[in-house]
Amino acid sequence: MFYREAGDFSTSYPEDSQTFPIKFDRYRYYVVLAFAFLVVPFIINDYWANAVFVPFLIYAIAAIGLNILIGYCGQVSLGTGAFMAVGAYAVYKLMTAFPEVSMLIHVPLAGLITAGVVTIFGLPSLRIKGFYLAVATLAAQFFLVWLFNKVPWFYNYSASGQISSPERDVFGIIVTGPNAEAWASYMICLIFVTLAAVIARNLTRGSLGRKWMAIRDMDIAAEIIGVNPMMAKLTAFAVSGFFIGVAGALFFSVYLGAAEVGESFGIEKSFLVLFMVIIGGLGSIFGSFAGAAFMVLLPVFLKNVFVGYLGWPTDLAAHLQFIVSGGLIIVFLILEPHGLAQLWRLAKEKLRLWPFPH
Amino acid sequence: MPEQLLFAMEVTLNGLMAGVLYALVALGFVLIFKASGIFNYAQGVMALFAALTLVGIMDGQVPFAHIINAIFGTDLHHFGWHVPALVAIILTVGVMVVFAWLVQRYIFRHLVNQEPIILFMATIGLAYFLEGVGDLMWGSEIKKLDVGLPQGINDWIDVTTFEAMGYGFFIDNLDISATIVAIILVAALICFSQYTKQGRALRAVADDHQAALSVGISLNFIWVLVWSIAGFVALVAGIMWGAKSGVQFSLSLIALKALPVLMLGGFTSIPGAIVGGLIIGVGEKLFEFLIGPMVGGATENWFAYVLALLFLVFRPQGLFGEKIIERV
Amino acid sequence: MKLTTLAVAAIMAASPVMADLVFPSLSYRTGPYAANGIPFADGYEDYFTLLNERDGGIGGVPTKVIECETGYNTEKGVECYEATKGEGALIYQPLSTGITYQLIPKVTADGIPMHTMGYGRTSAKNGEVFSNVFNYPANYWDGASHAVSHIMSLGDIKGKKIALVYHNSAYGKEPIRTLEELSKKHGFELTLIPVDHPGQEQKSQWLQIRREKPDNVIMYGWGVMNQVAIQEAANIRYPMENFIGIWWSGSENDVLPAGDKANGYKALTFHNLGDDYPLYDDLRKYVLDAGKAAGAGDQLGTALYNRGMYAAMLAAEAAKTAQELSGEKEITPAMMRDGMEALEITEAKMAAIGLPGFGPEFSVSCQNHGGNGLGAVAQWDAAAQEWSLITGYEGSDQDVIQTLINDDSAAFATEAGIEAGCK
Repeated sequence: MFYREAGDFSTSYPEDSQTFPIKFDRYRYYVVLAFAFLVVPFIINDYWANAVFVPFLIYAIAAIGLNILIGYCGQVSLGTGAFMAVGAYAVYKLMTAFPEVSMLIHVPLAGLITAGVVTIFGLPSLRIKGFYLAVATLAAQFFLVWLFNKVPWFYNYSASGQISSPERDVFGIIVTGPNAEAWASYMICLIFVTLAAVIARNLTRGSLGRKWMAIRDMDIAAEIIGVNPMMAKLTAFAVSGFFIGVAGALFFSVYLGAAEVGESFGIEKSFLVLFMVIIGGLGSIFGSFAGAAFMVLLPVFLKNVFVGYLGWPTDLAAHLQFIVSGGLIIVFLILEPHGLAQLWRLAKEKLRLWPFPH
Repeated sequence: MPEQLLFAMEVTLNGLMAGVLYALVALGFVLIFKASGIFNYAQGVMALFAALTLVGIMDGQVPFAHIINAIFGTDLHHFGWHVPALVAIILTVGVMVVFAWLVQRYIFRHLVNQEPIILFMATIGLAYFLEGVGDLMWGSEIKKLDVGLPQGINDWIDVTTFEAMGYGFFIDNLDISATIVAIILVAALICFSQYTKQGRALRAVADDHQAALSVGISLNFIWVLVWSIAGFVALVAGIMWGAKSGVQFSLSLIALKALPVLMLGGFTSIPGAIVGGLIIGVGEKLFEFLIGPMVGGATENWFAYVLALLFLVFRPQGLFGEKIIERV
Repeated sequence: MKLTTLAVAAIMAASPVMADLVFPSLSYRTGPYAANGIPFADGYEDYFTLLNERDGGIGGVPTKVIECETGYNTEKGVECYEATKGEGALIYQPLSTGITYQLIPKVTADGIPMHTMGYGRTSAKNGEVFSNVFNYPANYWDGASHAVSHIMSLGDIKGKKIALVYHNSAYGKEPIRTLEELSKKHGFELTLIPVDHPGQEQKSQWLQIRREKPDNVIMYGWGVMNQVAIQEAANIRYPMENFIGIWWSGSENDVLPAGDKANGYKALTFHNLGDDYPLYDDLRKYVLDAGKAAGAGDQLGTALYNRGMYAAMLAAEAAKTAQELSGEKEITPAMMRDGMEALEITEAKMAAIGLPGFGPEFSVSCQNHGGNGLGAVAQWDAAAQEWSLITGYEGSDQDVIQTLINDDSAAFATEAGIEAGCK
């Protein structure tokens, strides 16, 4: 009823294989995009930008990156935090070394550098699988954090060991530093997240994506049908690293503004992004967004309900927040192990048939 | 003997001792993974929770005092009694058994046959949950844990080695007790799994769930059993680590110390956990001693992982892990 | 997602109108550092409660403390800052070096002052560059200097070996430069011993100390690292009176787990300890007995409770100064900033508050946002379970520190494009 495909005919192959084959879906997608680009920037304020939207968009990029690795290629990584740190430190070095270059160039460059580093740390995946690989990526996590802390070159020899993001602009609009307007930081993240989603979507449905999925489903079988496992795994690490690097760069330069590697890019970050990917749904771009939204909004929401609305002491609220988040994660996994994306698919299926259930 | 060699020997011995402490944490992981294929990230938090419960029972703390006071406006803190350590340990084991049953009944029974990564995530959810409950139940201040274990330098070793070699070795009494406890624990586990009916059932389940089920072994019972044992191991680890630092939130981070041990020893091997722990302990201490000063120190955290990674490149299933057989 | 958005919006809209003097408290009562965050937050809040109950606020305007839980997490710190700044927040005290660094540019852009007492960015002492950041009465580099001068006061330091055991993070590395300069100046030998986060396993470090037998150990530790270090020092029988911790390694939490063996351990401090002050009688009467205490109300008189209360006292005094300067009762953050810059703490003032001899005397100016860098040494008495000062408030080596501060703040000014100068 609400969600029809009657009269929606595809007359060519490209039409049939597009991302949103159903007209209604397509329009909804355009409406969401238009809302995000044309409405939100005009109504957003500091709180909404810094507490909700900017972290949500940045985490969505990181989740897309990790989802490519875990959801599409089946390689579990717990090094996301450190890989984000690579992006952050790369962009910091670039920003301070070439102050006149636009952020639109620095951020992708930082992504490329991260892609290189992540590919190197992806090499063990050729021999190690499953949880052994997950724990092996922790080696990257701890080593990189130690390295960024130890080598003063990375933080420009500052006495404090912290990196602070200087003020940089894009076409004259300040996007980093304290004087950036809320809408400007929001917009730059939105642009990158949109690009990331489009690129990821098109990569994963192309031949590269099929190779990844073949490796994920059964690597030996994939090898037999002619997929080169080394190329497939390493490209997955590289592409994933690129997105995670971009996310790390934005996280430091646009969102935090100052960072210390151990505190901002510790192992908790790796787990957080992994949560997003799994809660959202493995192997789904939409799931990455849903997971990021869930994990960013839930604590803010719970805090506002417990403290702001019910007026409970903050420590009680924080403990309950732990309990509720942990409980919700378990409940979600029990009810729908394939994540929010699967719930969304089921809902769509129901809506298509409504009001006739059969 | 040259001084450096003596120092290296002392460092190696202490590395072995530290390795035992790592192995204690890793043991809990192995037990659960072997029996149910769950990579239990919550093991560290279980150690924290067990230690908190132990201290809480010993000091007669009122559980959930904070929330009760907040809701009813009362001023409860302590029951005013002190429970002897041994009784408190037994009571805590009881709590951990109940916990195991709850986990099995309300979480993992619903997740049978899910992919390993989903089970892993569920344990992370469990870890969050338990962190919140632990804090809410017993408060978040640092508590002193004293079950009567000796701590500090062992004078006998100090004096003997000084007389023999001219340099007194430092060995912590707590580490010695930890080693003894670990040996007893492992011996008991081995006896249990070799000579008792439940132990044999446990090994059968570890080998093949469905075959075990078909000869009439109750999977539910075995899983509750194995989570209880893991809870007990967590309590022992919690006591040993908690004696050093007091019982506090950071105790849950000891799980991170156990992961390289697991990688190295294999997720499915109890001897692997022990040997892996010893190798990691000695390896990281010696590296810190020999190479650490050249690169600025504080290398232990990452070196343990790198060491394990190097091992894995040559033996992808870990030192004692079951050989991975892949079929299409 | 839509629903949550709506709900959050509704709650945001329902927040009260500003009329009081708002002092946000970015606290952490959960997470790995909760044991340190709880007493500080309690002390901070209790002092303002006392002012409201006893004096009806500051200058007749009631105060309001908005507590926001950060869990020592930088992202939650940002959220807390954004959530509270719209409510007329007068001053931020994040009690976390990480959050401080994030907020330095933000508070400067928003014109709200920030006070980082004994933590945060040390070079913020230079008010010409950091217009809105204050770190009186003492900072990390002062602390390093205090420790060294304390060692010097006990005997000749020349040729002595001093080891620095530090948390391997930006915070822990703070004193290195100062100590290196001081070691050149006074001729002692400095060994650096880092401990990686979180610091539960420190066998290597303490074996090294046992081998090298440094004459003194200075510690910059945090969280679980403190308790383990003190325990391990006791294990190797390191003489506790030669072991000096920074003020963040000097609370009851840090020494109690080691029991009697921690007896004699020393820690730096920039305020007095214990609860033997007239103000505490008022605190008990108006706050504790009235059932208005923050938290569980069991932290009174602990080192960190005192520190939180001291921070609140300094903030309240600055607010008073701001009221006098501007002639207005309901001050704005900008007036508060001016008040902080004109703050002067004298013995007479402290005695009038009911805290005689509680902290050092100092004054703040535009050039100097860090006070006079005075600090004292406290020692732990395990039998009595209390800290007590064993020295008076003494100055730090400003020749060394001021140079370092000028260098670092100049570097920051160039990087951030700030023109130094007094407004």
